[in-house]
Amino acid sequence: MTEAKRSMRTPLGRVRAHGPSGQGTGHFISQRVSAVALLGLGLWFVISASLSMHGPTYLAAIDFLTSPLNAVGVILLVVVGVYHMQIGMQVIVEDYIQKPVMRTILLLLNTFVPIVIATGAIFAVLLVNFGKD
Amino acid sequence: MAGATRPEDRPVSPFLTVWRWHVTMATSILHRATGMALYGGLLLFGIWLMLVASGADQYGPYGALLSGPLGQIGMYLVVACLAFHIGNGIRHFFFDAGYGFKPSDADLSAWFVILFAIAAPIALWALVSFGGV
Repeated sequence: MTEAKRSMRTPLGRVRAHGPSGQGTGHFISQRVSAVALLGLGLWFVISASLSMHGPTYLAAIDFLTSPLNAVGVILLVVVGVYHMQIGMQVIVEDYIQKPVMRTILLLLNTFVPIVIATGAIFAVLLVNFGKD
Repeated sequence: MAGATRPEDRPVSPFLTVWRWHVTMATSILHRATGMALYGGLLLFGIWLMLVASGADQYGPYGALLSGPLGQIGMYLVVACLAFHIGNGIRHFFFDAGYGFKPSDADLSAWFVILFAIAAPIALWALVSFGGV
């Protein structure tokens, strides 16, 4: 306290760059931009899939995914959805998990698991459309 | 400490035990809870796509699981979570723009979103079952 009083630096100058990360605004905007996209993609998928598929059978799934419009829509839904949910889960982990090791492990999992699943899902849609059998 | 108020007279921080239960609090908690549920839902959706791509024989038992009571209840809950998250997400867009902060407005929109989340999956189920499409 006494040192701070003697210092010529302003209070703002002292706290600058001492925040948690210094890049929260970008996350805030990305979260909302992806939310706008998911508003359309989510509603489209739930309504069109439930109206056209009539149950979760194999043939219904193949029929749905081999329509080019549906294939592109599903890939977009997975990509944008994974992006949105990663940002959201990162905020939750940073809010509630205080132990540094556990926090780092969860943040790493939140980075890797969705990317792995999304890559597999995109490849699956391509395989259904362009696979040999 | 001269002039400081006695501990029992100081304002109490809003912690769960001294905080009146409020519908806007429920929507805030539910937004995170449904977000976390949808995180799992999207990961399962990606795995479902991979199962579809792996062929009819591989998909068979999982398709049966989805048609069974567990799968049907699960999908019903996912649609309810999505309806809530989308509804409350739209509510948050209004908050971001600076509208809807009056306590009576915020309470009203909160109740509207909760009712929408209950009604939307029922409406979708009715549309699929009796809509004739």
